[in-house]
Amino acid sequence: MTTGDAAIRVRDVSHQFGEPGDAQFVQALQHTSLDIVRGELLCLIGPSGCGKSTLLNMIGGLLTPTTGTVEVHGKPVRAPLPRDIAFVFQENALFPWCTIIENVKLGMVFQGVPKAEQEPRARRALEAVGLKDFMGHYPAQLSGGMRQRAALARALSLETGTLLMDEPFGALDEQTRMILGEDLSVLLSRSEKTIVFVTHSLGEAVFLADRVAVFSARPGRIKEIITVDEPHPRKPAFVTTEKFSKLRNTLYGLLHDEIRKAVEQAATVVPSS
Amino acid sequence: MSAKQDRRDKLASRAVQIGFLVALIGLWYFGTAYWGISRILLPNPVNVWHELKDVLSSGEYLPDLKVTLMEVAIAFTISCTTGVTLGYVISRSQFLIKVFEPLLAGFYSVPIILFLPLYVLFFGLGPGSKIALGTTISFFPIVLNTIAGFGYVDKIFITAARSMGASDVQMFRYVLLPAAFPVILTGLRIGFTVTLLSILGSETIASLAGLGHKIVHLAEAMETARMFAYIAFAVVIAASLNSFVSSLERRAKHR
Repeated sequence: MTTGDAAIRVRDVSHQFGEPGDAQFVQALQHTSLDIVRGELLCLIGPSGCGKSTLLNMIGGLLTPTTGTVEVHGKPVRAPLPRDIAFVFQENALFPWCTIIENVKLGMVFQGVPKAEQEPRARRALEAVGLKDFMGHYPAQLSGGMRQRAALARALSLETGTLLMDEPFGALDEQTRMILGEDLSVLLSRSEKTIVFVTHSLGEAVFLADRVAVFSARPGRIKEIITVDEPHPRKPAFVTTEKFSKLRNTLYGLLHDEIRKAVEQAATVVPSS
Repeated sequence: MSAKQDRRDKLASRAVQIGFLVALIGLWYFGTAYWGISRILLPNPVNVWHELKDVLSSGEYLPDLKVTLMEVAIAFTISCTTGVTLGYVISRSQFLIKVFEPLLAGFYSVPIILFLPLYVLFFGLGPGSKIALGTTISFFPIVLNTIAGFGYVDKIFITAARSMGASDVQMFRYVLLPAAFPVILTGLRIGFTVTLLSILGSETIASLAGLGHKIVHLAEAMETARMFAYIAFAVVIAASLNSFVSSLERRAKHR
């Protein structure tokens, strides 16, 4: 891989909350560098508080790194780039006072899409995620899985080159998650988007990703990057293959110690605060 | 529970409610007509009904009703505009929220009716003191609800809108306002109710005109039947205004 095809370039990025010496001081991420290739799906996985969501927010321009730089298509990121980057958040990021289709259209209003294009683009995106019959429903009338489909449709309708997903299925049950993961793999294999996907689930990471970046416990840095060499769209049967379990086990091995460390950190931090 | 059973339950509770009211009026009638309760303390409902008809047909109530409604309208307009504006300004900064929310909540818990003598001193016995009191009392629920509405919008909505490129105006129009609207509306409804309450109340304490004034005037003249007619009239006016405002609130929330 040459740096030429990197869609997103993260250079020596650190982020801290508060100042050293503060009671609330947290070094979330330390001197991390990463190149994300155009069109790949990269999963960020790591123990809680390792800074993977922080990194995602910095790529998306929602947070400013304390040190280092993030570039998207050669442009330094200093604020959200709504034309280049779309987000899918964990849950409840749909506006409850808008219907599903209004939610999708509102994203395009913010992004500045001409009015005439909004309706057909919203319909297309909602059809793609299988919500054709629920366009007039309010988010509260849908299940958690359907709401996340709607959030995905909103992000897809923005037609950005990059999609950042912050534990989009984190609040869903295992079965809904599995189905959504399969659908996502099919959907994204057609789109050629660059995707960064934060997850806690080993299986989800292996199933979806071209590469998986494993984070260490706080202060977070990338410990290792694993390649999943399997064409998209991934077949549901991929989960049952030996390749899948091998990769999953490798990830488990890499993560286990870090998760222990993170838990111990949390245990020592709580009484003193 | 099935819809049918639901409806039957609702019907049954309505019937009991109506039965209760009818029984109350029946008790009132028999108490005054046969059981010797003083007519000066409690007039006969039939007399009250006649007086009410007279009041309504003569149009005698009009000047007083106009005064009261005018006071309510002015007081509510002032407290709405100042309350919502100030609430919005305060809600824009966490620091201002921290400073002013407890302060305003503290003032809200003070029995502001105690300031009426002071207001009469400042603004005289006329509508001025009533308007001042109604404004002060309704200002606090409105400003507090506006702060709560705008100040505690879920951060994820703001982050999501920002990530999609919302401008400041779009953020206000499409995110902050719809998120805050139901909470502000509740504040306005409470504000309206207490405006009406405090203005009618203060008219009975010290005033030159208005429905409250009229009621006290009749009480002092021992015209209790007519006084009851006026009370009934004021109750109907207040109840219909309040339920009108509540229905506006419900409609807006169910958009």
